Amino acid sequence: MTPFRTHNGTVAPLDRANVDTDQIIPKQFLKRIERTGFGEFLFYDWRFLPSGEPDSSFVLNERRYRGASILVAGKNFGCGSSREHAPWALADYGFCAVIAPSFADIFANNCMKNGLLPVTLGEEEVAAVIENARTIDNYELTVDLERRTVTDGRGFSASFAIDDFQRHCLMEGLDDIGLTLLCEADITAYERTRCELIG
Amino acid sequence: MPRTLFEKIWDAHVVRKPEDQPTLLYIDLHLVHEVTSPQAFEGLRVANRRVRRPDLTVATVDHNVPTTDRSLPIADPIGAKQINTLRQNCHDFGIQLFDIDSAEQGIVHVIGPELGLTQPGMTIVCGDSHTSTHGAFGTLAFGIGTSEVEHVLATQCLPQNKPRTMLIDVCSALPEGVTAKDLALGIIGRIGTDGATGHVIEYAGDAVRELSMEGRMTLCNMSIEAGARAGMIAPDETTFAYLQGRRFAPQGAAWTEAQDYWKALQSDNDATFDRKVELNASALEPHVTWGTSPGMVVPVTGCVPDPAAAKSDADRRASERALEYMALTPRTRIQDIHVDRVFIGSCTNARIEDLRAAARIVKGYQTNRSVNAMVVPGSQAVKRAAESEGLDRIFRDSGFEWREAGCSMCLGMNADILQPGERCASTSNRNFEGRQGRGGRTHLVSPMMAAAAAITGHFTDVREWKFK
Repeated sequence: MTPFRTHNGTVAPLDRANVDTDQIIPKQFLKRIERTGFGEFLFYDWRFLPSGEPDSSFVLNERRYRGASILVAGKNFGCGSSREHAPWALADYGFCAVIAPSFADIFANNCMKNGLLPVTLGEEEVAAVIENARTIDNYELTVDLERRTVTDGRGFSASFAIDDFQRHCLMEGLDDIGLTLLCEADITAYERTRCELIG
Repeated sequence: MPRTLFEKIWDAHVVRKPEDQPTLLYIDLHLVHEVTSPQAFEGLRVANRRVRRPDLTVATVDHNVPTTDRSLPIADPIGAKQINTLRQNCHDFGIQLFDIDSAEQGIVHVIGPELGLTQPGMTIVCGDSHTSTHGAFGTLAFGIGTSEVEHVLATQCLPQNKPRTMLIDVCSALPEGVTAKDLALGIIGRIGTDGATGHVIEYAGDAVRELSMEGRMTLCNMSIEAGARAGMIAPDETTFAYLQGRRFAPQGAAWTEAQDYWKALQSDNDATFDRKVELNASALEPHVTWGTSPGMVVPVTGCVPDPAAAKSDADRRASERALEYMALTPRTRIQDIHVDRVFIGSCTNARIEDLRAAARIVKGYQTNRSVNAMVVPGSQAVKRAAESEGLDRIFRDSGFEWREAGCSMCLGMNADILQPGERCASTSNRNFEGRQGRGGRTHLVSPMMAAAAAITGHFTDVREWKFK
């Protein structure tokens, strides 16, 4: 996994609550057996009209948000299906961080495994970021994982909470399967006692 | 110290609890399907890792399989490749697969319990959010992403932070015509689709105790729709009666021993929960969703709400957007909403009891001329059971299609999808935009409510149904 320490990029606002993973990556793209190449299908039904033409009214199709690498959205982002294709699609499209007032558990977990940082800020802070991203051209934020801060160099500054261990894994780009495999002796010992317990 | 059911199961599965790190939790059963596993197996190959416990891993194909004639080749080449990939992976890594032609094939959350694989006290994971279904047996069961699927394949463990606990206590009894699905929708309507985020729900109370295993599975299944990590119900005689004699359930002396262990799996009387919610089942009505999130739900006697009455600006905009997508106007009576399609199926409501309840409504009636209705049994075993009871004849005679088992139109990965603009009464779990097909409009209901809508062509209060 690519380490995440700090990221600076332009912000795209998606002012909707309960954005579910079916919207992030619709089902027809889940049949692929690869981990890559999902970016072109991100928010497919919102980005493209039934004809296949881009829908100019969708925020990510606005010229000014092309190249945005930070997405800011409403509460309960990533709810619904556990499909990891959702963070794969967001990351493949070019997003490095998603800012929202809250995230669905499985989605947030999936993001962490892919170097995509879910940043939880307060509702008012998120509203401010959305407003700035709408009104200021090329509005940029810096997400600093080490300091747990989001700043814009114009006076906006917010801090966020994140589990220490997950932060450590993200910053070091650690393979957590490798870490668990180091506990082989513990796992074997557990299996032995569990066998005795349940026969 | 008194502990909750969840805490007892959690504690029994701690492999390691390092300082300042998540707990390493042992996983007793890993269920695998074709959609969320290929990249995980590929990851194992790239890292030259093996599957640690193929004997605790079971696979089936359900998400993208066609529900039409199984003797024909799969028409969709990409779908077929995904299924073939699972076959190859199960072969290479020594995992038992209930393949498309197996008599035991079905939706992963239907066949686990049906085969007796799901047992009280276990930890169960699957790369599918509706893994919460298995919590009906007093197991800790939760959905995971593909990276975690790979993690469990390689180590049989998962590093996890301990979730918080929530008790949902439902007193009294569900009235006639009001089902576990209505209870689930009622709960989500009350606490919201993120009401249980970060929590494991334990459902308790007389109304929950009275539920059959099928009803309990429906209730636990929908826990994820309230944002919960998992939902669970303490095992009791209903649980044991369901499990006894099933293929992978303990037999003989092992059964008696297992039962003794399972009986201890109750929350202690004075155990504390981080949150408590109380509901009275007797006040519940059949529910129908009107919007694009399961929390957008009202009783069948109600009306489509007016966004102007929303609690917040964000809620108002979400409601307006949902109504636009659903092509509904505020204050429309729910029973005046007409449907084009009816789908009875999914891991929420495609078990034998669901099909019996729907068939009881349908019997002696014809589906409305403007409605296209289908029944997709949750598993081949459910299909056989229904056919042996003659339920398939009742459905077919009234104009329903009778299909092979799979996830089908719950998520529309196969050919079973809504056309743009079509309105569907569905027994599934998600009414998200486009979930059942781009532009499709989904209303979540119980199997009885779906069956009644198929006959009348619009939502109908099943409490007033004239059975034939």
